[in-house]
Formats: sequence, structure tokens, C-alpha cells
Amino acid sequence: MKISQFYSKKVLEHVRHPQNMGEIKNPDGVATVGNPVCGDIMRLYLKIEKKNGKEYLKDVKFQTLGCGAAIATSSMITTMVKGKPLSEAEKISNQAIADALGGLPVSKIHCSLLAAEALEKAIANYRQKTKK
Amino acid sequence: MKKIYLDHAATTSVAPEVLKAMTPYFDQSFGNPSEPHQWGQQAKMAVERAREKVALFLGAKPSEILFTSGATEAINLAHKGLIEGQKVPHIITSSIEHKAVLETCRHLEKLGWATVTYLPVDKNGLVKIDDVEKTIRPETVLVSIMFVNNEMGVIQPIAEIGKLIKKINSKIFFHTDATQAVQYLNCDVNSLGVDLLSLSGHKFYAPKGVGVLYFKKGASLIRQQDGGEQEGGLRAGTENVPYIVGLGKAIELVEKSKVSHAKYVEKLKNKLITGVLQIPGVKLVGDAQKNAPHIATFLVKGVEGEAMMLLLSDEGIAVSSGSACTSGLLEPSHVLLAMGYKPQEAHGSLRFSLGKDNTEEEIDDVIKVLPGIIEKLRKMAPKL
Repeated sequence: MKISQFYSKKVLEHVRHPQNMGEIKNPDGVATVGNPVCGDIMRLYLKIEKKNGKEYLKDVKFQTLGCGAAIATSSMITTMVKGKPLSEAEKISNQAIADALGGLPVSKIHCSLLAAEALEKAIANYRQKTKK
Repeated sequence: MKKIYLDHAATTSVAPEVLKAMTPYFDQSFGNPSEPHQWGQQAKMAVERAREKVALFLGAKPSEILFTSGATEAINLAHKGLIEGQKVPHIITSSIEHKAVLETCRHLEKLGWATVTYLPVDKNGLVKIDDVEKTIRPETVLVSIMFVNNEMGVIQPIAEIGKLIKKINSKIFFHTDATQAVQYLNCDVNSLGVDLLSLSGHKFYAPKGVGVLYFKKGASLIRQQDGGEQEGGLRAGTENVPYIVGLGKAIELVEKSKVSHAKYVEKLKNKLITGVLQIPGVKLVGDAQKNAPHIATFLVKGVEGEAMMLLLSDEGIAVSSGSACTSGLLEPSHVLLAMGYKPQEAHGSLRFSLGKDNTEEEIDDVIKVLPGIIEKLRKMAPKL
């Protein structure tokens, strides 16, 4: 995993211009992770589409209250999984998010964990809904 | 792009006069002050002149002034050097001190060399004098209370605490970390009633890497950095001559302009406070009218401090935050927590610290830009 001392250019780009920010009405999967006490809260919304029997992430949006790294990792994960098959999106690790951002400072690695956790839980939420 | 620097409590620029005074001591009068030849003696004289300037500023004797690498070293020396060799002494300090004091005290506790009481503060960040009185024990050797808090600017009643301590037991030493006070407040050690005082040059237009410990004659300190006999045998290592000269020059400039600068900066601060408080969901930390003239800290609801800082920086505005994400420790400001604020409030803290070179137009610009940034970040946050 890439570690950088400061925020990379990529991180700052995402803070300035977050991608896929907002809410999806009637999402197929949603999860909120983190808590106000620790300071970072992320909510990830998923819209899932089936094509030829395969599930795709048709739309992904995030809402985040948090520091620069929290915003950047949420924004980055949406760009990484949007349009991808669910089976592929599921495999995205927090390392992959941090690497895609050109690395994160050591003290901010937990933000990438939070983003990965939000995706995992949103997918779990979708699966639970479709089971019924 | 315009640049608006409002982080003077973090550090200041080196004043042109200060830099000019320092320059000859890098390449012209570069001698080692410990050497008796003329090169050495020139440097020695420069250090002693700076010492006299600091002594004059503090109302102390030159022999009571010791140069260090900064306030952190001065604080370490004051605490560790004073208690070394004493039988489990007791130290009283406050819960909102700078980490330099808190971590030094914790280290002493860990070693079993001292017991420490960390006094609480009220909602404005003030230590209660009664608490000091109640906490003093026969084995109390040191009370250490900061003059001005760096995160929100509260001014502690140092002179009153000083009087109280001496009334109870004149043998107890009283230290104050005056780092944030030097620029604007009266730091006369006699009227403050302190036996030890620490300060750092880079908060008042001297360079980083130089500071001062004042210790009253009779305070027996044991040096914490061993080696040569510099600084009266209390701080080994060749003196940082150009920086010491710079600190001397800077403190001389502060002496001349303190009162007018304090008035000017306070006027700007009040303008800033009025403007920022127009934004919904924003409150001021502490009682700004009683605080140091240069610091105003706000809590912004529903927004994280570092994110605000980054977006302000994009607009060319430098501020600071006490959010967990800026501490590197994932914990929000210990000062705000000690004042009774909740972690979720402390995460949204934003500190503005002003300086003599800031202008009314700059404050206008900040008041114009900040609401949009807060709105943008609030829009980004999930509704809970």
C-alpha cells in the first residue's frame, strides 16, 4: 500500500470536486458506517441493474461527513465501482482505494477502511433485500 | 491568487528587521561563543545582548534567562529539571496545557518520578483558583499553568494564582507557558508572580528553533541535556547564535509595538467574530471578549474541521482546526473536550489566529468565502 506524508494531488482533486456525491432515491442497497464521535460518517447508495443474468452497479452515490481523506476515499470508491459488475466491485479492497488515490498518510488509512466497509455493507444490504 | 494567513498561533513569518539582524551571524560573526578569540567573543557578545533584551522584556535579570531550541525544550527542562532527585514530588497543572507540558508530566508519572494533578477548566476554559488551592499538598513542588491557551485563546489568571501559591507555600515553584502571550500581553515575571516561564521565538516573528526559559534565581534546575558548560551549565550545546540574535531583535520589536498591535488585532478579531457568527449553526468557543486578542475559535455544526481547512486553503486562506483528523491521533482537541464540548462538536472546530499584517479587507474576504464552503460540506454530509 502506498503511504504518503501529505495528501496527494489526487486526494485534493477529489476533495475539491467530489464525484457521485448525493443521494439515490429508493436505492437497492444502502449502508451508513462510522459515527459522529469518531468524526467520519459515510453513507453509500447503490442502484443495481441485471443484464444477461449478471448484476451491475448502475449507479453509486455517497454522502460523507468527514475530513479530506474521508471525502476523497468515498468519492474514489464510487468512481471505481460505478458501472462494474457486482462480483468485481465486491473485491475492491481498502488498499486498492488508497493506491488509486496515490497513497494516503498513515493516520488516514482508517478512512479507506471506512469506504471499503461502506461498500461491503451496502452490498450486504442489497443481498438481504433480494433474498426476501 | 490572494493569500490570507490567519494561522499566527501556529507560527509567524520572520520579520525583515529580525532577518537583517541575524544575517551577519551566519557568515561574518560566525565564531563559537565558547572561544576566547575575537571571533568567539563577538558571537558571545551578541548572545549576551539578546539575553539582556529578553531579561528587560520579562523584568528579569540576564542571569535568569536561558536560551533553548524552543518552548518545548524550555518546558521539558523546567519540569524535569526541577523535580529530578526530589522524593516523589507533586505537580499541579491544567487539563488544557499544550502537549509539551502534558506529555512531559505523563512521562514523569510513568517513570514514577512525580504524581500529577490535572485541573479541570470551566466552560470558558478557565482554571478555578479554588481548585488550585484545594489541590496543593505538602509535597507539591510545582504548579504549571499556561498563560494563554493556543487553541482558543483563554487567558488564565496567572497573577492571582501566583499570589495564592506564595501565600500557601513560598517554596512551591510556579511555571507558566507564555508562548501565546508574549506578542500581546504583559509578561513581567514579577507582576505575574512566576518563578519559571517558557516561550518560543517563532510566535512573534523570530525564526523557528529558538526559545527561552526564564528561571528565577534560586530555582535549582538539573540540566536535561548533558555536555559542555554553555548557558550557565544548564543547557549543553553550542549556542544557536543567529537565532538567539533574531529572538532578541524580535522581542525588542514586540516591546515597542505590543499595545498598539494588540488593539489593532483585537479590532480585526471582533469584526471576524461578528461576521462568522452570522452563519447558522456556528458558535464561538469561550468568552472572546476576555480572551487573547489574536485568537478566535469556532465550532461549526455538521462539518469536519480539516475539510473546511482544505477548502479554505484552496481559496488562499490559512486557518487551523482541532479536529481529530488534524491531530494525527484520531482524537479531537483535548482542550475542547476538557471545556465540556462533545467529540462531534470538537470535530467541527476552526481556529483563526490573527497577526499585525492582516487587514480589514482580508477579514471581509474570509467572511464572504466561508459560508459557501460550510454550505458545500453540509450538503455533502448524510442526514442522520
